[in-house]
Amino acid sequence: MSISHAPPDPSGVDISPISTSKDDTSERSPLDLVPLVPTSTRRTRVPRWLRRTTGPLALLALWQLLSSTGVLTSDVLASPGRIARVGWDLIDSGSLASAMTTSLQRVAIGLLLGTVIGTGLALVSGLFRVGEDLVDAPVQMLRTVPFVGLIPLFIIWFGIGEAPKVAIITLGVTFPLYLNVYAGIRGVDSQLIEAGESLGLSRWGLVRHVVLPGALPNAMTGLRYSLGIAWLALVFAEQINADAGIGFLMVQARDFLQTDVIVVCLIVYAFLGLLADFVVRTLERLLLQWRPTFTGR
Amino acid sequence: MATDVHGPVSPQAATSSPVTTQAVRVEGLTRSFDGRPVIDKLQLDVRQGEFVALLGRSGCGKSTLLRILAGLDRDIEGTVLVPRRKAVAFQAPRLMPWKKVWRNVLLGLPGKPERAVAEKALAEVGLGDHADAWPKTLSGGEAQRASLARALVREPDLLLLDEPFGALDALTRIKAQRLVGELWQRRGCAVLLVTHYVEEAVLLADRVLVMDDGVIAHEQRIDLDRPRDITDPRFAELRAGLLERLGVDTAAEAA
Repeated sequence: MSISHAPPDPSGVDISPISTSKDDTSERSPLDLVPLVPTSTRRTRVPRWLRRTTGPLALLALWQLLSSTGVLTSDVLASPGRIARVGWDLIDSGSLASAMTTSLQRVAIGLLLGTVIGTGLALVSGLFRVGEDLVDAPVQMLRTVPFVGLIPLFIIWFGIGEAPKVAIITLGVTFPLYLNVYAGIRGVDSQLIEAGESLGLSRWGLVRHVVLPGALPNAMTGLRYSLGIAWLALVFAEQINADAGIGFLMVQARDFLQTDVIVVCLIVYAFLGLLADFVVRTLERLLLQWRPTFTGR
Repeated sequence: MATDVHGPVSPQAATSSPVTTQAVRVEGLTRSFDGRPVIDKLQLDVRQGEFVALLGRSGCGKSTLLRILAGLDRDIEGTVLVPRRKAVAFQAPRLMPWKKVWRNVLLGLPGKPERAVAEKALAEVGLGDHADAWPKTLSGGEAQRASLARALVREPDLLLLDEPFGALDALTRIKAQRLVGELWQRRGCAVLLVTHYVEEAVLLADRVLVMDDGVIAHEQRIDLDRPRDITDPRFAELRAGLLERLGVDTAAEAA
């Protein structure tokens, strides 16, 4: 609260029109001072983490309550307790681990291929004007095709094995990386390029010491987008003719109305997404610590 | 002394260059932007080891001239001869933010220079204990000194300074000016300082050039003893004369 001027004395001395106003400046009525209370003492402190976890826990409790009273039947959605048990069984039997390995492998290969292709194309069109003319237009055109829509075509081309699944992930990963790396290269401060030139750097030296490090923040953003899309592509890809992986587990569970297994698989997807985000964040912390805007530690 | 030739060289210039004691030789230099000449048949000579300050109103082409001498602008006509070893310090420090200070200093040096080389240059500008810092942690003055170290480590025969103190606060600028004066006396390289502070020019330079309409319009030799005293009446007189040349009425300024 801000301190406003104290109201004039209510007894109202100042009504007489001429005389007293000058004398008033020498002897003022005492101000009504208000203490400013430090924020820390004003409220009872519930730790933030506790406040943040209350909501989800309450939701979980409500879910469990609805399930155990029979309002929510298990073929609509299994109870949290049951999901935990099934999750544990899946871990214990090793089927979850093997499914995760298969899925992770698909994502890893797709991500690797997509990164190589996306970054490679971005380098060609970012560094050379000829490359831009040849590469950028077709890539921008292909980018507008929704990659999930290509699944039927990929099945015809690559059959129903691992190839179409990896191809979908690769395609999904390539474009965000291309766009961001390209924008990063073209966004490097021209003053720094000029400084590099004045220091006698060769063309390759400029690319290595100025352009690529300058494009790195954008490249990391692209990687983050790509990872998000990689999981999405994985979910789509594994719903078609999979005989292993998390998606396969889900399709199987759907056929037997096992909502518990489906929820476990969804949790696994979420967990893998979190893990990927953690990896990128660690990379950023290591590679971008020079950034003036970087605030984390 | 090795000279690097940019642009066409007339035969006379080619024959006279081996015996020259000049660090810069410019004859009939023209640089146009969209047909409008910013530099128009300009003549300029800088002796080896000479400190020359270049004054002028903004937009008079003084920074363009410096960029040409640095080899960063080659859309030129005329003769420009500059030493092979030259270095530039810009108004902004232009350190690569992704390289630690000592790597910035060594950037672009031929071969594989040792870290000690950078540390020596940094110590010379008083930044010896900042070799391992990221550029973002340096203050404006420190970054500018690091940029100066990066220029000096090249052991230039010609040091080009483009308003290097322009972005510094008044106190830091005084210190930086003193530092440049000391470094120049120690190194003995030719210096071309582009500035718009008349006082700075008179304080540091052997010769002050005033650029106007794309040519060197006025030349003023500064014969004051070093270190110079800005309260010296002769200093004030030179300063007033140059200000007048730049179109600033000193009486009005003093009022």
